Amino acid sequence: MTPLRLLDQNRPMLDFSLDGEAVQARAGDTLLTAILASGAGHVRQSEFGDGPRAGFCWMGACQDCFVLVEGMGARRACGTLVTAGMAVRRR
Amino acid sequence: MSVVVVGAGPAGIRAVERLVAAGLRPVWIEEAPDAGGRVFQKPPPGFARSASVLYGADHARASALHAAHAALREHTDWRPGTMVWNIRPGPALLDVQGPDGGHESLGYERLILCTGAMDRVVPIPGWTQPGVTALGAAQIALKTQGLALGSRVALCGTGPLLLLLAWQLTKAGAPPALVLESADWPGMLRPGLAWNIPAALRGLGWMAGLRRAGVVVRRGAVPLSVAPGCEALVWRDRRGREQRTAVDAVALGWGLKPETQLADLAGARFAFDALQRLWLPARDPAGRCSVPGVYLAGDGASIGGSVVAELAGARAALALLEDAGLRPDPLESITLDRALAREARFRRALESAFPYPHALAAGMDDATLLCRCEAITAGEMRRSAAPELNRGKALTRVGMGRCQGRLCGPPAAEVLAAAMGCDIAEIGRLRGQMPVKPVVLR
Repeated sequence: MTPLRLLDQNRPMLDFSLDGEAVQARAGDTLLTAILASGAGHVRQSEFGDGPRAGFCWMGACQDCFVLVEGMGARRACGTLVTAGMAVRRR
Repeated sequence: MSVVVVGAGPAGIRAVERLVAAGLRPVWIEEAPDAGGRVFQKPPPGFARSASVLYGADHARASALHAAHAALREHTDWRPGTMVWNIRPGPALLDVQGPDGGHESLGYERLILCTGAMDRVVPIPGWTQPGVTALGAAQIALKTQGLALGSRVALCGTGPLLLLLAWQLTKAGAPPALVLESADWPGMLRPGLAWNIPAALRGLGWMAGLRRAGVVVRRGAVPLSVAPGCEALVWRDRRGREQRTAVDAVALGWGLKPETQLADLAGARFAFDALQRLWLPARDPAGRCSVPGVYLAGDGASIGGSVVAELAGARAALALLEDAGLRPDPLESITLDRALAREARFRRALESAFPYPHALAAGMDDATLLCRCEAITAGEMRRSAAPELNRGKALTRVGMGRCQGRLCGPPAAEVLAAAMGCDIAEIGRLRGQMPVKPVVLR
């Protein structure tokens, strides 16, 4: 799934890294937005072998969008704003 | 007197307003970085849309709430980005984690919980795939990130949020590919909807707007499965025929369910609400729960929407002031009680018009993942043959994962009750456990 950047997208660009690769985002993106809108498709793998996950509720309730942020540990991608230079890893 | 208010949505803001007016300085905890709740959540800094674009017909109320919060915060111990993950009623302590990850325990003499709600879903095959989200997620993505979750989005669910979101996406230039409303005529026509003519008219306006825009809305229709790769939605129309529509995203949500975990940990007694088919914390009309000094308001106690949340938040704070001997204006309580009673009649009509499609949940295939946290199927829950839901949880781990049963709780109850041939009320509810959300340790 790749969300469409529809409205309010005239925000400064910034770079962060996803699994070591440089990715562009916009200031004000959550990590969930930044990762999915980049075309990366998912934010984590299910621990139970049933495939990739990309969050579900977008409101901090379902706990299905955890990513690892360098220096911050496990974070809900839906509730964490991306910042320049952030190093994010998917599990 | 130490008073803590949890939540800064419509209920929490109006509660704090009454407390501050009475000269109190409550601790005010909000999990999000800012106030407004999910309904009036603000986009992060840097977004430019006006309140009237973001909140539509509710923009005046949204702006009033944001302004009230801005004026109130300095009169409180305002703690945004802070999560309450446990309540210990014995010593009357809240365990919280702050925005920097630090932990703290806060005492309270009186507590108002305005914890909000989330989508109520029915798991279908393929629902854990990327591209499938809650209905509320699609609205949050549009409102706070300016996103459409795909270019061919199917919206499936029931009630006002479904139509509102379909209309908001259409206005934003991304009309949904398909809208499936599980309710149908004539069941959707409830005389009680006349208790709120403006709201009913608004709903009819969305329907007319969608029709003009050529959006396909099917009533009496439910999704059956999401194809691999989220490339299509298989669904059932009102005549029972199976249909298939090409999509690239699917959003699911049949109404909302209250976030009752903290009320549970605080010791509130629960009662079964037959209309919502949910166990909810019992409270008096003013918001007092069974635990003295603990008050509940807003969608976190029972789904009522943001107008009810504002009224109930104010009323709960007045109840607190009454109980503390601070003698608030009794006329205001009476006025609020009347307004709440009127809204409750409308709400009952809405719940009847747009019910949770429990038969769809009860009948889900054995192979469907019921619990997405732990990837456990409906069949495993049925085979547990547990006489009660927490027993089923212990045997299958359904509801034991990171979300603590927030998503799978209601459908799991339907699956187990149907399998055991007992009433949904008898199968019980998943008890709240601490931590109510994952706590980051370092």
